[in-house]
Amino acid sequence: MRSAVIVFPGSNCDRDVAVALEQASGTKPHIVWHRDTEIPEVDVIAVPGGFSYGDYLRCGAMAAQSPAMRVVKERADKGVRVFGLCNGFQILTETGLLPGALIRNRSLKYVCRTVGLKVESADSDFTRKYRAGDVVRIPIGHGEGNYVADDETLERLEGEGLVAFRYAAVEGELGDANPNGATRDIAGIYNAKRNVLGMMPHPERAFEPLHGNTDGRAFFDSLVESLS
Amino acid sequence: MSQQQTLPPKDLPKEPPVTPQLGAEHGLKPDEFQLMLDIVRESNGRAPTVTELGIFSVMWSEHCSYKSSRVWLKKLPTTAPWVICGPGENAGVIDIGDGQAAIFKMESHNHPSFIEPYQGAATGVGGILRDVFTMGARPIANMNALRFGEPGNPKTRHLVSGVVAGIGGYGNCVGVPTVGGETNFHKAYNGNCLVNAMTVGLAQADKIFYSKAAGVGKPVVYVGSKTGRDGIHGATMSSAEFTADSESKRPTVQVGDPFTEKLLIEACLELMATDAIVAIQDMGAAGLTSSSVEMAGKGGLGIELDLDKVPQREPNMTPYEIMLSESQERMLMILEPGREDEARRIFEKWELDFAVIGHLTDNGRMVLKMHGRTWCDLVLAPLFDKAPLYHRPTEPTPPQPELAAGDFPLPAPASQLLLKLLGCPDLASKRWIWEQYDSQVMADTVMGPGGDAAVVRVHGTKKALAITTDCTPRYCLADPVRGGAQAVAEAWRNLTAVGALPLAITDNMNFGNPEKPRIMGQFAGCIEGMAEACRVLDFPVVSGNVSLYNETNGEAILPTPAIGGVGLLKDSTLAIGSGFKAEGDALFLLGETKGAIGQSLYLREILGREEGAPPIVDLQVERRNGDLVRGLIEARLLTACHDLSDGGLAVGLAEMALRGGKGVTVTGLEQADAGLLFGEDQARYLVTASATNAGEVESRAKAAGVPLTRLGTVGGDALTGLAGGPIPVAEMKRVNEAWLPAYMAGEL
Repeated sequence: MRSAVIVFPGSNCDRDVAVALEQASGTKPHIVWHRDTEIPEVDVIAVPGGFSYGDYLRCGAMAAQSPAMRVVKERADKGVRVFGLCNGFQILTETGLLPGALIRNRSLKYVCRTVGLKVESADSDFTRKYRAGDVVRIPIGHGEGNYVADDETLERLEGEGLVAFRYAAVEGELGDANPNGATRDIAGIYNAKRNVLGMMPHPERAFEPLHGNTDGRAFFDSLVESLS
Repeated sequence: MSQQQTLPPKDLPKEPPVTPQLGAEHGLKPDEFQLMLDIVRESNGRAPTVTELGIFSVMWSEHCSYKSSRVWLKKLPTTAPWVICGPGENAGVIDIGDGQAAIFKMESHNHPSFIEPYQGAATGVGGILRDVFTMGARPIANMNALRFGEPGNPKTRHLVSGVVAGIGGYGNCVGVPTVGGETNFHKAYNGNCLVNAMTVGLAQADKIFYSKAAGVGKPVVYVGSKTGRDGIHGATMSSAEFTADSESKRPTVQVGDPFTEKLLIEACLELMATDAIVAIQDMGAAGLTSSSVEMAGKGGLGIELDLDKVPQREPNMTPYEIMLSESQERMLMILEPGREDEARRIFEKWELDFAVIGHLTDNGRMVLKMHGRTWCDLVLAPLFDKAPLYHRPTEPTPPQPELAAGDFPLPAPASQLLLKLLGCPDLASKRWIWEQYDSQVMADTVMGPGGDAAVVRVHGTKKALAITTDCTPRYCLADPVRGGAQAVAEAWRNLTAVGALPLAITDNMNFGNPEKPRIMGQFAGCIEGMAEACRVLDFPVVSGNVSLYNETNGEAILPTPAIGGVGLLKDSTLAIGSGFKAEGDALFLLGETKGAIGQSLYLREILGREEGAPPIVDLQVERRNGDLVRGLIEARLLTACHDLSDGGLAVGLAEMALRGGKGVTVTGLEQADAGLLFGEDQARYLVTASATNAGEVESRAKAAGVPLTRLGTVGGDALTGLAGGPIPVAEMKRVNEAWLPAYMAGEL
């Protein structure tokens, strides 16, 4: 599986996702600078977490206008797999690749913890190594993860099975199962063609035994199995 | 001196005459002011300009010159075979093997955080990050030690909220995990909160960057953010007590931009991978002044700067303002000649300002030009070697009585008292705080907040660093010598408890007004205790920071020598946590319990008394017990380990149950007194081992001569065996987690 990671000024999970992609696939991802106007031929493009452009103006808004994202959009339209984690999800909504928006957490505070995540469907290149209905534990870390969309969009997402992950209770975990107030507990969604995924949680932070939890490993293994 | 003017005289910045009153407004004492006049008269044959006054005042401020503390700091041990660079540089450097070095320091941002908590704390994080990456290290972990006033104080909630948001806002954006820390509340901090931030970085041992300039004629380069009018006089403000009008000092607080800091880290590390840099220094307190004076001064050279070339955020800034600005996210470096374009390309890629603003000279002077005129022409050496050095009078703290636990019987069943302690502000869970920090970015966090020490993998290796911050200020107030030793010993013990070999510390000395003999006596006592502990535990001080004048209207804070400790694990999988792991594991108390009740949390929280002598710190015993524990962990004989501190044995048991989500049954404690249950005797650990390994643990303890008591067995869902009946783990969790969120929501 050939992959690329887009790096913006202020990205800070670019190395983490690159490490996970390399360890899962055995191939080093291409690192693409936000000003690059070309991306090598790859099977999957990662838009990493962080604070692109300092989250100034609006999370993801400036990154969405970068030359590299214009190319990502073209590739996504051609069917290349694209996933955005955390700030990457925000960027994908700002580019219009995914519907809806991510606004301030209901608590108005940044929150970093491990949450329960229900896999809504295992029928995608990003999730086939999970089982539908599984509740896995994946860390989050964000201040703007509260997913919103108009009712029509939400109905379409639900009706077409485009909700990828929902926050869900895990036995023994404290606090609300929904950590940010997201509408219908939505933590991640697909585009209509299911080749683009955005999610707030960080599977790269639950990848190896050192993390104390390897529930995120299957995310990367799914891609490798689908695209190799 | 050049008198050529590019601006008509009427448009030049106006400078007021330098009078004793102006000197006083800059924080110079009358004799310091006179000394400055004499120095300038002797070298220049004239009175100083106001720019020169500004430069003298910041270089001679307590914050920059350590004039009250220097004579004492020299008493701390600072060397060991693994120390690459001790105090005096931006941060300390230790060898962690395989050609790698850990670089770390802790620094206070107390005064600004009290005035403007969000920006004060945020820029504290930014400043300590720069101290570390200035030396060539990629920051890999942040920690913090926070002290606030009593919860009932009207300002406390606002300060907690702002400081925590500021630390998170900065560290989260920069992408360095905040992996732990400590937070205490006490009325002595009502008028002065403490915000001590620590950064640990990782570098190649043969690629460390220092601040000593070398090479006459080499270019002086400014990179990072533009210079504005923020933070002028920050160093002076931090060198004085607060009075009722401290609110009016808000404009002296800097404003942070973590996005720019992130870019600055990446750009600096990219340039550092080349060999273009001769020397580099961040612009922290006293900004361009202290960075240029220190770099040239350490190299025994002179420096000439053209201030017109300094990137400026605002129009019409004066030389005085440019030199004293504490705008954030700026660095000064000396480059190899001819490498400017290569360096410029890197900084422009990261969209940062880059300007050659001057060059090194051989005349030992600092010359500042702007608008074609010279505004400062000083001999550099007196700025640091004639800085005042005070041997301030000290008054020892009177000894407090050693209390007998038998005189303080339990007023209620032990289980009830334990629940009360678990919900008190100092012991209540700080989850509300640390969930606002990204503790996992970089994906190397092995153990994050909420344990004895944080553990972070050295990226790309099997190794890990353990990091902790510790201090028990109430001990330091009652007996500064014991308190100082205890702070170092507890840091050593916390690192040991996760299986790390403790290597070195950074210290952040927070005290009141050093001009008061009682305060200076606390300082001297803490240093004495720390020095002894550092020696016995082979745990030298490699960097540090002093924050004095933490007083408001004459009320001083508790003496707070916060210790940041760093240790090494050869293998990150050795790190064990403090939560109970498995049903049936044998639980042992390791170390001796005499019932040290003086200054215990039990006395304060249950009986409302803050009195007595703090626990005795026997450093030889500390070392013996700790070395045994580390050996047991390295031999993989333990399943969990927790050091005992605040709240003693009972609280330690509860914390292990809370962290593991499992109960325990203990024996022999039904009739236990306050000393056994809540005494804070030092050098103790609670450890668990599988039934298979329990015998081996016992025989190793016996061989080492360490007292080991079999206390019970892990299992069930309650802490069972204390008077008053079993306490369900869920109940302890509810009580422990409830206080801080409820307090912050204004429900208490």
